[in-house]
Amino acid sequence: MWVCAFILAVVTIATFYILVRYRRRDDREPDQTTGNKTLEIVWTAIPLALVALLFGLSVMTARAVDHKIQRAADVVVTGRQWWWDVRYGANAITANEIHVPVGREILVEVDAADVIHDFWAPRLSRKVDAVPGHPNFIWIRADQPGVFAGACAEYCGAQHAWMRFRVVAQDEASYEAWLAHQSTGAATPSNGDAAVGAKRFGELTCANCHAIRGINTQKQYAPDLTHVASRQMLAAERMENTPQNLRDWLREPKVVKPGCYMPNLKLSDQDLTDVTAFLETLQ
Amino acid sequence: MSDIPITPDLLEESARAADRSRWQEWIATVDHKKIGTLYLITTLAFFCVGGVEALLIRIQLAWPGNTFLGPDAYNQIFTMHGTTMVFLVVVPLLLGLANYLTPLMIGARDMALPRLNAFSFWVFLFGGILLYFSFVAGHAPSAGWFSYAPLSEKGYSTRNGLDYWALALLGIGVGTISTAINLIVTIINLRTEGLTIRRLPLFVWMVFVNSFLIIAALPALNASLVMLLIDRQLHAHFFTQLGGGSPILWQHFFWSFGHPEVYIMVLPAFGIISEVIPVFSRKPIFGYGFVAASTVAIALLSLGVWAHHMFAVGLGHAWEYAFGASSLLIAVPTGVKIFNWIATMWGGSIRFTTSMLFAIAFLLTFTIGGLSGVTFATVPIDWQVTDTYYVVAHMHYVLFGGTLFGVMAGVYYWFPKMSGRMLSERWGKVHFWLMFIGFHMTFFVQHFLGLDGMPRRVYTYPNRPGWGVMNMISTIGAFVIGISVLVLLANIQISRRSGALAGDNPWNAWTLEWATSSPPPEHNFDMAPPVRGPRPLWDLAHPQGGRT
Repeated sequence: MWVCAFILAVVTIATFYILVRYRRRDDREPDQTTGNKTLEIVWTAIPLALVALLFGLSVMTARAVDHKIQRAADVVVTGRQWWWDVRYGANAITANEIHVPVGREILVEVDAADVIHDFWAPRLSRKVDAVPGHPNFIWIRADQPGVFAGACAEYCGAQHAWMRFRVVAQDEASYEAWLAHQSTGAATPSNGDAAVGAKRFGELTCANCHAIRGINTQKQYAPDLTHVASRQMLAAERMENTPQNLRDWLREPKVVKPGCYMPNLKLSDQDLTDVTAFLETLQ
Repeated sequence: MSDIPITPDLLEESARAADRSRWQEWIATVDHKKIGTLYLITTLAFFCVGGVEALLIRIQLAWPGNTFLGPDAYNQIFTMHGTTMVFLVVVPLLLGLANYLTPLMIGARDMALPRLNAFSFWVFLFGGILLYFSFVAGHAPSAGWFSYAPLSEKGYSTRNGLDYWALALLGIGVGTISTAINLIVTIINLRTEGLTIRRLPLFVWMVFVNSFLIIAALPALNASLVMLLIDRQLHAHFFTQLGGGSPILWQHFFWSFGHPEVYIMVLPAFGIISEVIPVFSRKPIFGYGFVAASTVAIALLSLGVWAHHMFAVGLGHAWEYAFGASSLLIAVPTGVKIFNWIATMWGGSIRFTTSMLFAIAFLLTFTIGGLSGVTFATVPIDWQVTDTYYVVAHMHYVLFGGTLFGVMAGVYYWFPKMSGRMLSERWGKVHFWLMFIGFHMTFFVQHFLGLDGMPRRVYTYPNRPGWGVMNMISTIGAFVIGISVLVLLANIQISRRSGALAGDNPWNAWTLEWATSSPPPEHNFDMAPPVRGPRPLWDLAHPQGGRT
């Protein structure tokens, strides 16, 4: 960067100097010089040396960023229109929220299920495309605890803008606790609105796309909801995960996120209350 | 020269021409100046359409969470903005200038293949109309100007916008290729006596090299468009992973066209700058041979750098280093050009006409765009900044601040030749400053947005610190550019009728187009002046001492 700034400064200063020094003073034609071979060779050689230097630096950096992969991925992230499926092994499945332990490198496998996406958490790692049928691997590492923004960086259709995610970096103990919790299944609530909601969840065909481990194990076209209430955001960072926002999302998904694949099931107020109550139990 | 015999055939032809109405004359014309003018007017119209699309984009992005356009409308509009500006504005604008000027600059009567020339223009216009017809037909294309598979495939873009896109670009591509062939044939065969290849005006040099680049690059696009159409209409699987195709194949095909295309869009502008800067510095170009040769180097290198658009795909380090190295190399001949232009001004006697102001703005802005380009060739930096607003900033610095400023320099420079009247310098300077300030306002902040993690092609964005403010600055800048374009349009319209008369050679320039009247007669020259060096009119004015 500072190389660029330096070159820009040289060009700009030279240009302005010339503009002032050689502005028109009279109508005499100036000396008609046509070139200078030595000068040309010098100002070809210097940039050549500079780009050679840059090339060396970029190879060194690239090797450091993508160092050797010597084990299986810690987490598999799959881009789908327009959300991220996140899997730690076979049992801990979540969406749009990746947890990592502070200070430890995590190997991420990046896949895509439909079109090309791109996985990018700017503060933590490089970006890498999620190409269907062509898994890519990157290392991510957070040196401080905190929440780091991530986004899909490859244009992927209507809701490319709201295909964001977050990386939550926490100390090793909380990370392990989180992972253990995510690996457990959910329990069907036994009474109240939530119990009705759990029943309606199946009847209303929500369960045809969304899996809730421990309750149903349908094939997954949509985010796993086993611990949906434990997540910080809804609909790939579209809004905060509050009961009211969840209710709005269920009522009019196409208004909240136009173009998304979640259908508007025209839920009645009672259904909205019940299903929201059920989903809120999925801590 | 009144003794030149005019054959009976020619007389008959012109008698028939007189009977035609004005409209017929324009539609049936095979005159390179009329066709060039048609190109310029058409591209100006498309430029306004594409500009309005840009303003719609900027309104939508003015603040986070804006609901002015929904995602579907936004995606159609940014796709159309990109496609329009690349295929319907920048390339045909440069072809139009080349069409108008090349025969004049080499002392020829017309292009070598005038009917092919007319065909090229009309097939281009037809392609443009076909592209915009998609709006009427239900849905404009919305997969971006690059239309990555599999998003552009039937499964994910079910409506017919992309079919229109592919067919329209196919037509435009055929027109572009035939113009390139025409220019090559013309430049090889129709140079006036004494105008050897080493005395060609640099604009013609760059057009010449550029035409070869078009012939090398455009067929790759046309072939992949046909493949995409076969995928979409006949259910083939060239670019879908199911069925054995490869989405990455599309990217290779597209960028093996797409990166040379970038140079196709900028080389003629280099040519314009290489004419304008010497004339207004009152000095010959510094290092003619190096400027010309570096163009050839750029053209050759540009055919082997395409994968730097794909560093995030996961091609493997070996490929990334190879393409990174070739992309870095291309900075060298480009840098050489910048140094030569600066050296041309050194020791000169600089006239600050609007044309020269745009040329200087080109130098500075293009340098910024070139340097940010080097950052993409540096593989690990590319991994961070690719697909962000940093790229949007970069490519507008190159295409708007580079090519378009270059074209503006050319418009103010050659308008007197084309119309016979001068553009108002006063309004020209208003136009220049508005456009220059508006441009930097719009695009400079986008570097920071990109570095801070804002992806491209998003219809809205979360309210992260600073993003709202920077986007608002960018939107205001875009409107300043909009106003500057209105000033330009008004200036053209008023000056065309009532500008000061230009005379043959208002800038006291040196190339052959200034040896004929303004506007030139249909046959261009009664007799082209003798050519004994790269600056024939200088030689004419300085028969004794003038070294060239």
